[in-house]
Formats: sequence, structure tokens, C-alpha cells
Amino acid sequence: MDFVAVTAFGILYAIATLILLALGLAVIFGMMGVINLAQAEFLMVGAYTVLIATAHGASVWIGIAVAPVVVGLLGLVIERTIIRFLYGRILDTMLATWGLSLGLVGLVTLVFGPTTEGIATPLGHVIIGRYRLSEYSVFVILMAFAGLGLTYAVFNYTRFGLVARATMQNDNMVSALGVNPARVYMGTFAFGAALAGLGGAVIAPLTGVVPTLGLAFIAKIFITVIVGGPVILLGTTTSGAVLGLVESLVSYSSTPIYGQVAMLAVAIILLRLLPQGISGFWRRGV
Amino acid sequence: MNDVVLQARGLVKEFGGLRAVDSLDFTLRRGELRCVIGPNGAGKSTLFKLLTGQLKPTAGTIHFKGVDVARLQPHEIARAGIGIKFQVPRVYDGLSVAENLWLSARFRHGVAGAGAIVDRVLAEIGLVERRASFAGHLSHGDRQWVEIGMVLTSDPDLVLLDEPTAGMTHAEARRTADLVREINRRATLIVIEHDMDFVRNIAGYVTVLHRGAVLAEGTMEEIRANDVVRDIYLGKRPRARS
Amino acid sequence: MTAWAPWAVAVVVVTALPAVLSAFQIVQLTVFMIYSLLALSLDLIWGFGGILSFGQAAFFGVGGYCYGIVGINSGSTALALTAGVAGAAGLAALLGYFTFYGRVGSMYFAVITLTVTLILHQVMGTTADPRYAVGQARLGGYNGMTDIPSLALEVPGRAPLTLDPVPLFYVVGGLLLLVLALTRVLVQSSFGRVLAAIREDELRTELLGYDPRWRKLVTFAISGGIAGLAGGLFAGWGNFMNPQVFSMFQSALVVIWVMVGGRGTLYGAVVGTLVVQFLTNYLGTASVTYTTVALGAVLVVIVLLFPRGLLPAVEGAVRRAVGRPAPAPEFAR
Repeated sequence: MDFVAVTAFGILYAIATLILLALGLAVIFGMMGVINLAQAEFLMVGAYTVLIATAHGASVWIGIAVAPVVVGLLGLVIERTIIRFLYGRILDTMLATWGLSLGLVGLVTLVFGPTTEGIATPLGHVIIGRYRLSEYSVFVILMAFAGLGLTYAVFNYTRFGLVARATMQNDNMVSALGVNPARVYMGTFAFGAALAGLGGAVIAPLTGVVPTLGLAFIAKIFITVIVGGPVILLGTTTSGAVLGLVESLVSYSSTPIYGQVAMLAVAIILLRLLPQGISGFWRRGV
Repeated sequence: MNDVVLQARGLVKEFGGLRAVDSLDFTLRRGELRCVIGPNGAGKSTLFKLLTGQLKPTAGTIHFKGVDVARLQPHEIARAGIGIKFQVPRVYDGLSVAENLWLSARFRHGVAGAGAIVDRVLAEIGLVERRASFAGHLSHGDRQWVEIGMVLTSDPDLVLLDEPTAGMTHAEARRTADLVREINRRATLIVIEHDMDFVRNIAGYVTVLHRGAVLAEGTMEEIRANDVVRDIYLGKRPRARS
Repeated sequence: MTAWAPWAVAVVVVTALPAVLSAFQIVQLTVFMIYSLLALSLDLIWGFGGILSFGQAAFFGVGGYCYGIVGINSGSTALALTAGVAGAAGLAALLGYFTFYGRVGSMYFAVITLTVTLILHQVMGTTADPRYAVGQARLGGYNGMTDIPSLALEVPGRAPLTLDPVPLFYVVGGLLLLVLALTRVLVQSSFGRVLAAIREDELRTELLGYDPRWRKLVTFAISGGIAGLAGGLFAGWGNFMNPQVFSMFQSALVVIWVMVGGRGTLYGAVVGTLVVQFLTNYLGTASVTYTTVALGAVLVVIVLLFPRGLLPAVEGAVRRAVGRPAPAPEFAR
């Protein structure tokens, strides 16, 4: 019984991590139709924000709160200096963000060195029978829900969200209404970056902080988002659930690496059947 | 029955909950010149995509020369002998005029025979001088002719023309009407058109689509005399185009 | 200048180089030519097929590991090289089947190929334990696979003759020119023209009666095979393979070679590779980190300023300065 509960918790945790880390990329992909290959580095910068905050005596929580702001601003700068020149050129956008990804890893390595820095995991443990569960993993799960809720709220209850959804449906029409679609894309990119900053900050105490932090997650995140397809929340949640389940089941019975291999295999087969991703059946939306 | 070249029965295409084409029946005889008209959203372009295999029907059959092609791949349908000309000329801008024609000729005439056909059609469409130019460097009108040339070289049994006069002047539209009749001497034709003058000019048999189904069929005069058609379509603003 | 003149010049240059270069330079140029093959594989699928693959490094790595496994177990490097080509082409065909026949979009394709590469990197990294071995060949995890046999000349009835640096240089140079010539024949063939049409407008080409799926699959498999050949030669050249061949850096490097040389010309891929590799060598390999930052910046700058490629942009500028217009498109017979 305890074993079942703990396993179920483990699966839920795997799914929640996947959703939390993939959400920012899903927002950018769903709204702008491009995959940002520097997304893993946004996670990494989020994690470094927490590291710097704690090094200056702030608590981990302060770091987690500041990280989305820092990375959101970084996203804004990148959108203004690079991405906005490449709208409509999807593959060029990917190539540029790939260059950005290499550059950011290199720069952070130059500044902070290539070593892994630890951050003490806050909160304690709860005991379930013979098992110990970290309370921090409960926090991670809650943050995944918070990220989903926040995204839903931003796109459904704010003026920005309304304009963004309209832009997604028909950007010519929106231009005719006097809204500049470029502003919407700018906001979306920054918001997607901020979500990645949050995700990177939240997992920082668990993974340790290192310039190549994103590499461990990037394959999973890409798979989750492209399998999810263009409908942001529904797609990410469904594909996160399916792939997280596959990953954790295979990881339990072999190693985490084969968990990722299984994810990739399932993803490729799913895309053979549903080339637009799981949510491609529905119209674009949030 | 032998001279029926195309027959669609009970054709349905749903998008989400919306029925773009709803239990459509449609029969076309060999050598016919058929105009398909209807207001926006009547299902014209969906029908076009179903006939060319770009969309798979939710239900129903499309028999072309006796074979059900409804669920074939687009290239298989093209090989069976259905050619298409898009509304906005869809030619290979990055290839030369001759290469454009060569690509469409190769299937019917083989690599060996394609060259001669290309030369002949280049003369027919009046672009011999421009054979080595990038198609993308030609004027809009000449690009229309390149695409018409592609239809001619591929020598199909059935040609679909999607709004062939879109964006044309009156004089150009008249020249196109001549050409439509010329193509019709070699192949069966379906023309989707908004321009009523043009439809009257080419004097084909007319099918009116409304809400994804056939509302009426007949000559232009019969259609104009039809009160129901007038109410939903002609009675409003026949020249309106959006 | 007739069509074969550049080829004659290339053959003469490759033949003469060992006479003027030092042994070290010859060894280095050999590996640059191997990289050129890898760049060529990307230019074929990207420049001519219009399909951006981020996974050429994966085929290179798979080709190298296949060469190692078969070479160590059989002792025959000809067999090993064949296995390298076949293994990589097979993986490309498998991926191509799922993606092209599933009709996934070009961006999804790029992401999937990159993901496959990243996961191969991680999977090969976990094979340090001695139980991960194929016959005699230990995969070796991040320490890599060692003792891979050097490329040897195998004449039936005689002992294999391991190739010294200069003969190896000739073999690799000959293979590079051969592959360059064969890919050129391919893209100018009837198949190649239809491929160009698919790149320009896939739906239009389908509606003319051409099936794009198998054409893309075949092109991608050939491209994978060329990358696998490069990987096999690389393993035979260095007697060593490790998972770093699957890294982000390596994958991006292949794209940068082709972007510098300009895509869609074939020879541009070779020139781009040689330029980038000589420059990075010249600037010094003091710090991999600096190289990473520099290459990242180069990628961003080229995409923003010279999307058609760096060398073609230079060539265009020179043409304008000299006042000679660009040549007209090739005419189809």
C-alpha cells in the first residue's frame, strides 16, 4: 500500500516536473509557432538566479520569486535584439536560438566556471510507512499547477491574453483593429522565458546548478511540447501526463536514460499517427 | 454510364463539428465544362481539396474513371489524371519556366518525351523567349500562363480551375475564357468562379453549392430563373467578392 | 571554363598537397576532409531537399561506432566502413519513415533529429560498464571506445596493409571527390529536379503526381549514409570514438559549416568546413568555452545578416563590385 502510494506520487512528480519545465516553451510554440532552442538555457539562468540570491544571503524562496523576472527580462532583450527580425522564418529562428543556446552556455561557463554548485534543499521530509518523501517535491508539484493556473489566467483574464488569443487566430485582423502583433509576440516570448525561469529556479535545489543544466532536460521538454501540439495548456498537460507516465514507469524498471529513450520512441510513434501533436485535432487556442 | 468521368456520392467533410461538405452528390460527363458557384463558405474550396486528395472525406465516395479515389494520396490522384490550377498562380518561383513545364510533363510523357512537349507548350503559351527565366521574375499574368502551361503539359483527363480570372482585367478574362474553351476541347473541366459574367461567357453547365450541398444545377439561364438561388446568392450582390 | 576543369584542378591539388605540407598538416587536413563529407551530407538534405536536419552528428557518431564495433570484431576495416555507412543510413531511413510518412512539419523534424542526437549522447554516456560490449568491442561510456583499427588496404590472399598518413589522405581525399561528384550527379538527375520541386512547393509537386515521401526518405537515407561514411573514416583515422560526437556543440558545428559555405551548392559545404576549421585552429584551441561562445555568436550573426550563407554573400558582393551578374538558372532539357 505504501509502495503504491509512493510510486503514484513519483509518477505525479515526474509529470509535474515535465509540465513545469515545458510550459514556457509550450507558450512560445503555441503562440508563435517556433521552437526556442535556447529554452534550456532560460532554465539554467533561472537556476543561477537562485544560486546568486542564496550566495548573497537571500533565501531560496526569494531566488525563486526573482528568477522569473530576471529571465523574463532576458527574454525581452533577446526578442528585441534577435527574434523580432526573424518572424515568419521559423527555421532561421530555430538556428538563431541555437546559436544563442551555445553562446549562453559558453558565457555562463566563463563567468561561473564549469562546476556544479549545490543549493541546500529547503523543507523537510514526511514519512509514509517505510518511505521518506521530501516536502520540496510536493512544492514542485504545486508550482506546476501554479504555472498552469497562471498561464490560464494570463490568457483568459487579462487584456494582453485577449489580444494574444486574437492574434493567434488571425494576426492581420488584429493589425486592422489597431493592435501591433509584434508587441504581442514580444510579450509572449518574455512570458515564456519567465515561465522557464520559474521552472529552472524551482528545480535548482534538486539538480544543483551547472552551465549545462538545461541539457539534461531539453530532450524531454522538446518531446513534450511537440507531442502536445499547438494548444498550450491542454496539449502540454496531456502530453506531459502520457510521456511522464511512460518515462517514470520505464525509469523505475531500468534507468532514467532508458526512460528518456522510451519517451522518444513513444513520441515518434505518436507523431506518426498525429503529425500535428495530440492537440492538433483542436483548433489553435490556449 | 460509360461517359461519366467523375461521380461523387454522399460526400461529407467535417471539421470539428462543422460540416463543410454535407451529403454532396455530383456527376460529371466526359468532355463537360462545369462551373461551380456559390457564396463564401458554400464548400467550394473544400470540394476542390477533396477532389485533389488534399483532404480525406469523412464519408462518401469519389469515383474517377470508375475508381474510388476518395482516400488516395494527392500524387496518386494526380497520376490518375486530375490536374489543377490554383487561384493565385502556384508555380515554382525558384525554377525556370522550362523546368516548371518539364516537371508537369514528365509523368504523362516520360523523361524522353517531356522535352518535345515542353517546347510545344512554350510556343502555345507564348513564353518561348522566357524559357530560361525564373518563374518568380515573371509578371503576374505570365505566371498565370506558366501554370496553365503546366496543366497543358500534364495532359490530364479532368482539370480543376480555381477562380481562373481572379485579379484579371476584363480583356485578360476574355482571353482566359477562350483558353478555358480550348482546354475543354482536350479535357473535362471544373471551373470555380465568382465572376458571373465570366461564367455566362464560357457558357458551361452550372452547379450551385450552398451549405456544402448542391442547391441547383442547370444552364446559366435556368440558374438565373431559379428563385431560391436568387435569394441566397444572385439576389444579393452578385459581384461581391471578399 | 568547362565543367570538368574544377574537378581536374581539385584532383591535382589533392595529389600535390602531401609534397608541400608537413606530416602533421596532412593528418589534420585528412580530418578536415572527413568533416567536409559530414557537411556535404547536411547540404544534400538541407540545401537540395529543403529539410533541415539537426541530426547529422548522430549519423556521424553511429557510423563511427558501427565502424568500431565491426572493425574490432572482424578485423576487416572495409567491412567496418560498410557497416558504418549501412548503420547510419538505416537509422536515417527509420527516422525518415516515421517523420516523412507521418508528414510531420519541417520544424518538428528538426527538433526530432536534434532530440535523437541528444538522447544518443546520454545513452552512450551510460555504457562505461564493461558489460556494455558488442563482442570484443567495449562501448566505454564517456571514456569512449578505444583500439579501433586503422583503415587498411585489404587485398584478398594478403595480410591487410594499414594505411600510413599520406595514403590515408589520398583515400579520404579520393572519397570526398567521389562523393562530391556522385551527389552532384544525383541533384542534377531527374530525381534531383523533382527533389528541388518538392523543396520549392511540396503540395504543388504532389498535385503534379510526384510522391514526396519516398523521395525525401531516400535522400535522407543517402545523407545519413554519407555522414556514416564520414564517421567511419573518423573512427579509423583517430582509432577512437566517444559520445562527444553526439554533443550539441558538434551538431551545431555541422550546421555552421554549411551556413558559412552557403547551402545548395555542395562545394560550398566543403569550403565552409575548411574555412571554419582552419580559422578555429588558427585562433587556437586554448579554450573550448571561448570557441563555443564564438560559434554561437557566428550562428546568430549569419542567420541575421547572411541567411543565404556567408561565402555566397561575399561572392555576391564581389560580383556586384566587378559588375558581373549572377548566372541564369540552369535550363531543363
